[in-house]
Amino acid sequence: MRCTLKTSASLALVLGVVACATTPPPEPVVVEEPVVVEEPVVVEEPVVIEEPVVVVPTGPVPGSVDDFLANVGDRVYFDLDQHVLSEEARSVLRDQAAWLTSYEGVKILVAGNCDERGTREYNLALGERRSSVIKDYLVALGVQPSRIETVSYGKERPIAGESNEAAWALNRNGFTQIVSGAAS
Amino acid sequence: MITRLLAALATGLLALTPLSHADLEVNISNGVLKPTPIAIPDFEAVGVDDDIAQTISAIVRADLESTGLFLVTPKSAFIQTDLNIEVAPRFADWKIIKSDALVVGSVEQVERDGVVLLRGSLRMWDIYGEELMRFEDEAGRLVSGRRFLTRPEDLRRIAHKISDAIYSRLTGEGGYFDTRIVYIAETGSKLNRVKRLAIMDADGANVQYLTSGRFTVLTPRFSPEAQQITYMSYEGGVPRVYLYDLQRGRQEVLGNFANMTFAPRFSRDGRSVLLTQAIDGNSDIYVMDLQTRASQQLTFHPSIDTSPSMSPDGKQIVFNSDRGGSPQLYIMNTDRSLRTCPSGGSAIACRISFGAGRYSTPVWSPRGDLIAFTKQSQGRFFIGVIGSDGSGERVLTESYLDEGPDWSPNGRVITFFREISPGAAPSLWSVDLTGRNLRRIATQTDASDPAWSPLLQ
Repeated sequence: MRCTLKTSASLALVLGVVACATTPPPEPVVVEEPVVVEEPVVVEEPVVIEEPVVVVPTGPVPGSVDDFLANVGDRVYFDLDQHVLSEEARSVLRDQAAWLTSYEGVKILVAGNCDERGTREYNLALGERRSSVIKDYLVALGVQPSRIETVSYGKERPIAGESNEAAWALNRNGFTQIVSGAAS
Repeated sequence: MITRLLAALATGLLALTPLSHADLEVNISNGVLKPTPIAIPDFEAVGVDDDIAQTISAIVRADLESTGLFLVTPKSAFIQTDLNIEVAPRFADWKIIKSDALVVGSVEQVERDGVVLLRGSLRMWDIYGEELMRFEDEAGRLVSGRRFLTRPEDLRRIAHKISDAIYSRLTGEGGYFDTRIVYIAETGSKLNRVKRLAIMDADGANVQYLTSGRFTVLTPRFSPEAQQITYMSYEGGVPRVYLYDLQRGRQEVLGNFANMTFAPRFSRDGRSVLLTQAIDGNSDIYVMDLQTRASQQLTFHPSIDTSPSMSPDGKQIVFNSDRGGSPQLYIMNTDRSLRTCPSGGSAIACRISFGAGRYSTPVWSPRGDLIAFTKQSQGRFFIGVIGSDGSGERVLTESYLDEGPDWSPNGRVITFFREISPGAAPSLWSVDLTGRNLRRIATQTDASDPAWSPLLQ
């Protein structure tokens, strides 16, 4: 918020001097009071111009990465060994596609991730398949293919560090990362 | 330079002696239950510090003991202590302490063309046969001992070459001690792992890190013929197969594939690299000629085809595919001609794994007879071997995660990486082809994806 403060003040003061008699008359001397004429002092009030207060919304800026994270969701999850999209995953991807349609300048990188219970090379292939399935779905929903890059991280980028079913379920995911064009 | 020097000078030079061929043989094909006792007293130091001779002798003892095939007689048991490489030992003194073989060696400083070098010499005696065991040198001549020359700073290599000579002489197999292992050195937390390409001697000494860790690197493999490594790196964002030249210290992207490439492996002649390219989510196998850089697609299937490995004669390729619904091992002819499949019928690619579980990472033995694999079943991982026709499957190891086998150059030992329990850090291991002698290979950091070099020149 910015405020502008403009102050201008001017002040003028004039003093008048009155002459006196030279021979004192016997009459009661009238001594005229010096006339002091005081000009009205004009004090300009400081002018304060308040800019209109911008109302900050409580959520993230629309079209920003935070907006995408908070209102759309950047990950979808896969079942064990699967690259088929669940209904839940499709729902998130529909929201992603709608959001991406609203913000045409945004480009994304879709990463395919796997749990640690597979061999490295097979998982690289499986992760690539997962990222590709997500891309295809987004394209089918109207997102231009040129806006979507894909990458596979296989089992190299877990988001849950434990070695149990719950962690593995989280680590089997497709991650939509905004790489450019988002609002800040 | 030293490579040429060694090639020129490392050869058996001891005089031929008219002794008959010794009988002592270690049969390793069925797994040795009772190791052969062998005595390896400290080599004699001639014009060099005793430390140097002792270090070399200690490495030889450690190498041979690491095979599980030999029991090294403890020094405290020795009766004869006045050994001389030129003179036969007192056989009775060694029989009494039950040593089948006795290695007598010396380490000298010699000069060649003004260059100071170390020379290690050995002779080996068959104690019960009471005779000298003769060797074949690199030129195939029968000699009474072996001698190896190297620069003083490479003294470990003399030791490994001596170990290889002893191992070869006693088992009839090629050696594997004078080799290196390339692997991925891992540091940092599980959620922010740093992975560097690293190389070390096969016994864990002389570790060097070849990449900085800024980019994740995976699955290095050694050329069977040259000082080259192929691996996968995320440098540049798109994961690609790279080639690293160890002599020049240079790396380059392999080929101009438009998409992600991964799972590289050299052909046995080192002239081409098999790899996988994923296009629109579909992974298929390609082969690239390293000379012409021309590549050719080998599989054309909508399922995942990856982890290719070529037979030593170059005619067949074993790979991993989930075309049948789960990851399994398949075999095909390199020229894509039809094969008769083990399960009946003919096809371009035949499935060869039929046990319970998921099979992956097939790697053809340099001997050509077996294929090593990773198997996953009921929450456990196994390293095993199988015939190329799908017969004779044997499981060698089992743990929470055993993955990524690769063969020693003689095809007798398999290295792999293991996470021993859930959440455990990965470490390198080796196991004999028979499933015996499971050993951890010590590394400075956590480690994965080991791959063996050929025997050094």
